Amino acid sequence: MDARQALSVTEITRRIKLALESGFPSCLVQGELSNVHLHTSGHLYFSLKDSGAQLPGVMWRSRVGTLSIQPKDGMKVVVSGRITVYEIRGNYQLDAQSIRPVGVGELQAAFEELKAKLAAEGLFDSDRKRPLPEMPGRIGIITSPTGAVLQDMKNILSRRFPAVELILIPSSVQGQGAAEQLARAIEDANDYGTLDLLVLARGGGSLEDLWAFNEEIVARAIAGSTIPVVSAVGHETDVTIADFVADFRAPTPSAAAELIVPDRRELLETVANSWYRVSQSVLDIVSKQRERIQHLLSSYAFNRPIDLFRQQSQRLDETQRMLHRDIAGFLGLWGERSRSLGLRLLALNPRLALKRGFAIVRKDDAVVSSRRALQSRDAVEVEFHDGKIRSTID
Amino acid sequence: MTARKKEGVPGTFEEAMRRLEKIVEELENGDVPLEQAMELYEEGITVSKICAEKLTKAELTLKRLGKDINGKFTVMDEEE
Repeated sequence: MDARQALSVTEITRRIKLALESGFPSCLVQGELSNVHLHTSGHLYFSLKDSGAQLPGVMWRSRVGTLSIQPKDGMKVVVSGRITVYEIRGNYQLDAQSIRPVGVGELQAAFEELKAKLAAEGLFDSDRKRPLPEMPGRIGIITSPTGAVLQDMKNILSRRFPAVELILIPSSVQGQGAAEQLARAIEDANDYGTLDLLVLARGGGSLEDLWAFNEEIVARAIAGSTIPVVSAVGHETDVTIADFVADFRAPTPSAAAELIVPDRRELLETVANSWYRVSQSVLDIVSKQRERIQHLLSSYAFNRPIDLFRQQSQRLDETQRMLHRDIAGFLGLWGERSRSLGLRLLALNPRLALKRGFAIVRKDDAVVSSRRALQSRDAVEVEFHDGKIRSTID
Repeated sequence: MTARKKEGVPGTFEEAMRRLEKIVEELENGDVPLEQAMELYEEGITVSKICAEKLTKAELTLKRLGKDINGKFTVMDEEE
């Protein structure tokens, strides 16, 4: 029989613990996360595996809070920590200090290096940035033809400013060859011409996912574009080299869609306002004309056939009626579509403006629209909504 | 819709907006004779309707830029 003394389970486990824990007091382990489970206690349990083995792991609650990433099944990571033995169960596990995605360190370094290089060349200088067109008619969008980004941007643009032609220049936005495709797409867009604006768009993702936008070839293509470029890559917190070189950086693709076109409701108001001013000016001109005729009619020296002037007068009446009818028609055009716009049009009426605290200044019965029309000691009349006062300029 | 050919019908929304601004300016600032005022008025109405229609009725179009085998650009409607 075996002469050696048998060890108790506790004793051998203690020795294993000592051997393992002193053998692996600090290690870096690379593998794929699986069975990631955040326990209600706040501790994070997971397995780290590769094709040949798996290693159970745990990250205690106090460290879970310091994670910069959200660990997920399938994520390739490097975990730093130490091996501990859980004696009661006879298990060993990796007690994790940190979990970070594979390759981030290297990518980060490459990012900083290229950033410094291009900055030194002046590619990020603010005087290189071109202003974006106020109302782009044709917008080139470089993105994946199958991604949600295209659909999102299209929806927002349709809502905000539908008078836009969106030209998709398809490119893969991730993975092998994506950078070359993006650069080619930018060049194609420039060769094709007739675009007012280019948007580089991609949804959120990991640093690796967004990496194509950190490649030098893309940065150079953006810098070489004659069409202004908007970068719209990832989430708000994601910053890429493309963002620095682009003429404008939008925090997200959706934000880009909001920022590159004006809001149609505001424009409709501008149109309605212009329309109102056009009608109003013509009405003013008509009534001035009428006054002139009336003045002539009442003039003592006047001895020509009165009919001619009656006709003139009638013509003016007709013109005025037509103008009023047009105004009503124009309001009707909005009626169903936008009640508030009609109300705003009414608010543009100068009488109502007076109620909001505006006043009309007149000199010799003519409206004063510029300070240059006034001189010291000029007598003016100031009209408020509830009456007029006379005043003298200092 | 009959627009005044004198200035040409504005093609893009932006051109139409610019023209409308110009008309307002001319009518408000200048001492415009009645005949000319009426012409500007008519043009102003036409242009504001164009603007309004572009804004309310226009539907965004999505097209795809491609290249044929000879390397010439093609623009085709993008399928939903």
